[in-house]
Amino acid sequence: MNSRHRVLGRIRAALGDRAAAPAEVPRDYRPAGAEVELDLLVHRLTDYRATVHRCTDGQVAQVVEAILGGRRVVVPPGLPRHWLPATVAAVTDENLTTEQIAACDGVVTAVAVAIAETGTVVLDAAPDQGRRVITLLPDVHVCVLRTDQVVAGVPDALDQLDPRRPQTWISGPSATSDIELNRVEGVHGPRNLHVVIVPRGDLPPGA
Amino acid sequence: MTSTFLGMPATAPRGVGHLRGDQPFPAAARRSLADPQLRRNLRHATTTIRAKSAAVIAEAPDWQQLRDAGAAIKADVMSRLPELLEQLEAAVTRAGGTVHWAADAVEANRIVTELVAGTGSDRVIKVKSMATQEIGLNEALEAAGITPVETDLAELIVQLGDDRPSHILVPAIHRNRAEIREIFLRAMPGVDPALTDDPAALAAAARRYLRQTFLHTPVAISGANFAVAETGTLAVVESEGNGRMCLTLPDTLITVMGIEKVVPTWRDLEVFLQLLPRASTGERMNPYTSMWTGVTPGDGPQQVHLVLLDNGRSAVLADEVGRQVLHCIRCSACLNVCPVYERTGGHAYGSVYPGPIGAVLSPQLTGVADNASLPFASSLCGACFDACPVMINIPELLVHLRAEHVTDRRRPTAESIAMAAAAYTMDHPALYAAAQRAARLGKVVGRRGRGLPPPLSGWTVSRDLPQPPPQTFREWWAEL
Repeated sequence: MNSRHRVLGRIRAALGDRAAAPAEVPRDYRPAGAEVELDLLVHRLTDYRATVHRCTDGQVAQVVEAILGGRRVVVPPGLPRHWLPATVAAVTDENLTTEQIAACDGVVTAVAVAIAETGTVVLDAAPDQGRRVITLLPDVHVCVLRTDQVVAGVPDALDQLDPRRPQTWISGPSATSDIELNRVEGVHGPRNLHVVIVPRGDLPPGA
Repeated sequence: MTSTFLGMPATAPRGVGHLRGDQPFPAAARRSLADPQLRRNLRHATTTIRAKSAAVIAEAPDWQQLRDAGAAIKADVMSRLPELLEQLEAAVTRAGGTVHWAADAVEANRIVTELVAGTGSDRVIKVKSMATQEIGLNEALEAAGITPVETDLAELIVQLGDDRPSHILVPAIHRNRAEIREIFLRAMPGVDPALTDDPAALAAAARRYLRQTFLHTPVAISGANFAVAETGTLAVVESEGNGRMCLTLPDTLITVMGIEKVVPTWRDLEVFLQLLPRASTGERMNPYTSMWTGVTPGDGPQQVHLVLLDNGRSAVLADEVGRQVLHCIRCSACLNVCPVYERTGGHAYGSVYPGPIGAVLSPQLTGVADNASLPFASSLCGACFDACPVMINIPELLVHLRAEHVTDRRRPTAESIAMAAAAYTMDHPALYAAAQRAARLGKVVGRRGRGLPPPLSGWTVSRDLPQPPPQTFREWWAEL
């Protein structure tokens, strides 16, 4: 008898022979579809020490310049290039080694969706967000978010996301509560998280 | 030993892992209670987290409805666990992962050790995982010449301090910043001797120390907070980014997960991703949650393994009252509100699962006989039940396990003899009156503050003996 049969056999023996049908789960909590409050997102992001910038799509490059001007920046292959100022040395991730990525000061990406209530941005490795590793090793992460990508709560976000894609949900910079249960920012992930919010539809078509 | 008939639910084996303490709870607790620094650290930490958690729970107007949904989903999972595990296995396999089944700790340790050995690496990086603590995986790896590196800050503090974890979420909760600084100065290779005890400086020291290890270790071992049966998606919820490092950088990822962690649908995550961070770290959302489904070509580990662990869980499932303990999502809210935990700390519970949930989980995984004192390590105040995000009725389980323990012991105990004698006496008025008069003699035998003489001293070692009144109610009534 192999372990698979043994474990499944034990569980079946524990439950007895009653085959259960899926139970009805009471889902009386707030469902997806609530109105999005952009100010709430800004408050929640700021509350967890992310820096929020609001500008037009055309001004993103200026914001990036102010944060990362003169520094080395890794970008995913599908990032709209007009978000990058001429003053940053942009390295496109085409199978870069981890050492090469770790040598970069910052990373600029788009996002898949953002959750207002929890102050969360979600990356799903689409071409404008790139492989998971590029947003992990550099110390500064700038992500650009369109207002139509913002949803109200966690149920809305899961509705929109594809479970087959690898996901990283990010709520503020890397932090720990391991010393006396107080939150301290800055452990292994990026210690600086900037969220640049641009108005909906402000993105040029096809970008 | 417990019976191990093939196919029959079995408890976790002895001699491996960390589910059993060296001494019973009362003896271990007495030592912790005498440590004022430990009690100060715990009071400070649990007070902080209770306030944070209460504040973010108050922000969620549907908290009770989320708890109802969480409890119902978990009850549903337990009732159809075999089919959900088979569905999960199929989905993970379809997405390019490999699923292994481990009946107990010994088997899980062997599977993981062989997988690591197969990669040729003599070092693994680890994300904090209760399951691997439970089975004693680090010891098994070390015995095979493989160095496990704990990357969670608190686990690192425990590992460098050659210490034992004392909390589910923050295994080093018993250490304050000054003690952590001393451990780092003593045991962290290459540490700056000018390190201060500022928490940010301590976190930065861990960042520097682990960075090269992250970049150059080809195998990682993780646990999982959730596994979605319909999609094969695994989720790890964390704060520091060490989880992302382990889940993203290595070529090989091995995840060890208790069989009860499966949830039926992707949508079910909308409940648990709201419950867990608010109950656990007191955050609206934890800094990082990683989700992966098998292998993504070109992104992250290309060899992905999932080890499904029983290790006593099937035996828990066989108890219709007890099985609700398997609903636990390891948030540790029950520890943070428990007056007993706050005073004794986690080490007193012996098992890697301390606090109220540990007092009902450990004895069920091992069989009550092996953790007989734990169901009594509670005042039954019920704070844990109120705090539990999936509404596990811990007080009910404690009483259930106490009853099981008493039934288990065929031999009459001093307590059962005393209670039987008391019942007989109270049934016979003349005897009762005599007993009341005799109680006054007790004043002479055990003066207040001194306690009763042996063999009754066990009762009064932690209780004051009440002063018998000079006159009983019945005597006073007769005089009227």
